[in-house]
Amino acid sequence: MNGLMLFIQQTINGLRIGSIYALIALGYTMVYGIIRLINFAHGDFIMVGGYTLVFTVPLLLAAGVPAWIAVVAAVIACAVVGVLVEKLAYSPVRKRGTKMSTLITAIAMSLFLENLAQALFGPNAKPVKTIFSVSPILIYGSAEGMSEPPVLLRLDTNTFLTIFIGVAVMVGLFLFVKYTKSGQAMRAVSEDKNAASLMGIHVNRTISLTFAIGAGLAGVASLMYAAQYPAVTTTMGSMLGLKAFVAAVLGGIGSIPGAMLGGIVIGIVESLSKAYISTVTGGIITSAFSDAIVFSILIIVLLVKPAGILGKNIGEKV
Amino acid sequence: MTKREQSLSGLIVGIIGLCVVCLALYAADAAGILNDYYRGIIVQCLFTIVLVTSLNLTIGFLGQIALGHAGFMAIGAYTSALVTKLMGNAIKAGTMMPVAPLVQFFIGLLCGALMAALFGLLLGIPALRLRGDYLAIITLGFGEIIRVVIQNLKFAGGRGLAQGQAGQALIGIMKMDNLYILFWIVALCVGLMFAFIRSKYGRAIVAIREDDIATGSVGVNNTFYKVLTFSLSALFAGVAGVLFAHRGLNTISHNDFSFLKSTEFVIMVVLGGMGSLTGSVIAAISLSILPEMLRSFANYRMLVYSVLLVIIMIFRPIGLCGKYEFSLLRVIRKGIALASPPHKQSPSKGGI
Repeated sequence: MNGLMLFIQQTINGLRIGSIYALIALGYTMVYGIIRLINFAHGDFIMVGGYTLVFTVPLLLAAGVPAWIAVVAAVIACAVVGVLVEKLAYSPVRKRGTKMSTLITAIAMSLFLENLAQALFGPNAKPVKTIFSVSPILIYGSAEGMSEPPVLLRLDTNTFLTIFIGVAVMVGLFLFVKYTKSGQAMRAVSEDKNAASLMGIHVNRTISLTFAIGAGLAGVASLMYAAQYPAVTTTMGSMLGLKAFVAAVLGGIGSIPGAMLGGIVIGIVESLSKAYISTVTGGIITSAFSDAIVFSILIIVLLVKPAGILGKNIGEKV
Repeated sequence: MTKREQSLSGLIVGIIGLCVVCLALYAADAAGILNDYYRGIIVQCLFTIVLVTSLNLTIGFLGQIALGHAGFMAIGAYTSALVTKLMGNAIKAGTMMPVAPLVQFFIGLLCGALMAALFGLLLGIPALRLRGDYLAIITLGFGEIIRVVIQNLKFAGGRGLAQGQAGQALIGIMKMDNLYILFWIVALCVGLMFAFIRSKYGRAIVAIREDDIATGSVGVNNTFYKVLTFSLSALFAGVAGVLFAHRGLNTISHNDFSFLKSTEFVIMVVLGGMGSLTGSVIAAISLSILPEMLRSFANYRMLVYSVLLVIIMIFRPIGLCGKYEFSLLRVIRKGIALASPPHKQSPSKGGI
């Protein structure tokens, strides 16, 4: 495989994982936009989706239905959990406590979901049955002097499906927020809760809807993730969530196009740094550092442009 | 009594109180109650106390969540472990004059603490200029970076230094589990932190927590005090790391300093009370002992903690102890007041 092909391959891999990050980052960004809360439990919604897939995919296969229909179950499960978390934990704390206590509640809910899953399903990884069974696309090189042409590029169809689903969902969400009544209500609430309430917007319902959509997107992400890495663990969401969160901050937290952009950028950076960092730095920094590189991006962004790439820098009134 | 006299008598009473605790420890030791298992638990309590109180400086007094305190602990632990190892090797090779293990340990302690403080400073200067939840995010990222970097450093794994191997736990660390020395180190650390929050710096940082715009407008250098507090917090987390590394189990691993660990410390601070060092000490001791006493409960420990945390956040958002600080002097005064019959109040001097 020559250098260019490797580069193309890595970029496409980056796009794939990036579109997963983007979907998760959208959940972070929507919730942050509406109640100014970093929802640490968001990563664990993916885990909820993952376990839903573990149990529904075999049922669907047995019934002779395509396995990807399981995404509906995953989305519903995630949305229900998301709304429950908001109603049972965040909402009462928000009413009584400070901003900090809401943040602590978010951390607590993340721990709660992870440990509940561990108590219910045990600590071992659970396998997910193959979700998309389509053969990979192979691109061959010239066959000069060889009996068989060498494989230049191997592209999983999964990859394209993932990217395609990701982009479709993001465009759909963008249109939803921009043009529907509920979407307008969301934007209004995120701008000014009290004023929105005076205009007859049901603020609490809008917040719940935001949680449902954000968590539902995590459900979609869980399908895409499980299609690629078919094992579900109780902590699968934590690293994935953290990186998606970095993506949300990079794009500008609170901004929907920002989350998409941030996710893709983080995915590509991660993939390329895994492939090239060792050669570029002469072996000083190896590919094992790729997580550290992602988090360094976070710190650099906060130093240079805390509002993120597409975020608005809103001054505070005294 | 003037304020100075009062704080002096508070200090004396406090030291006497600590001596009593130390004597109790000694008595238990002499009576043979303390086996290795109990010793291990006490050492664990001791370094957890330093860590949780140090984190409370950031969460309770600075008013910002830090999610990477295990990272500072890791820096302290690894720095000191490698320094004591280096000295041990040098003494063995004859290139350095032999010193007592205690001196070695204290040099390691100093290096670990200062290194952690340095990182706290480097992280705090950019992070604390920003307002909002940025410290939480930056420290979270920092904690992960430290863990990954340590995992991949050649000299910080295996047998360490030149014979090191990346990706392994660091083994062969010097042992320092003398309970009395550890006890006084911890007492000194907590005492220093207490003195800090009662000093003019502490008052400034509490004022900034309450309203940073107002303090800024009366000429308090917000960023300076914030960075100072955060660096101190990191320094003492480093001390906790040093105690952890030398706890006598001979090994530390990058997995000891995961994100989960950091959140566990946050839980302890919050349960104890944000802004109460007393609460932090109580929470650190009880949450270190509890899982040991209830082994079967260990699997559900985090589940229970998390539910507890949400309940506390709903019903008492400042934590169990709130801002209460225990004062032995006050207790004694109350005791005397109860014992002696009430006498006529002396007329107040001046005033309205």
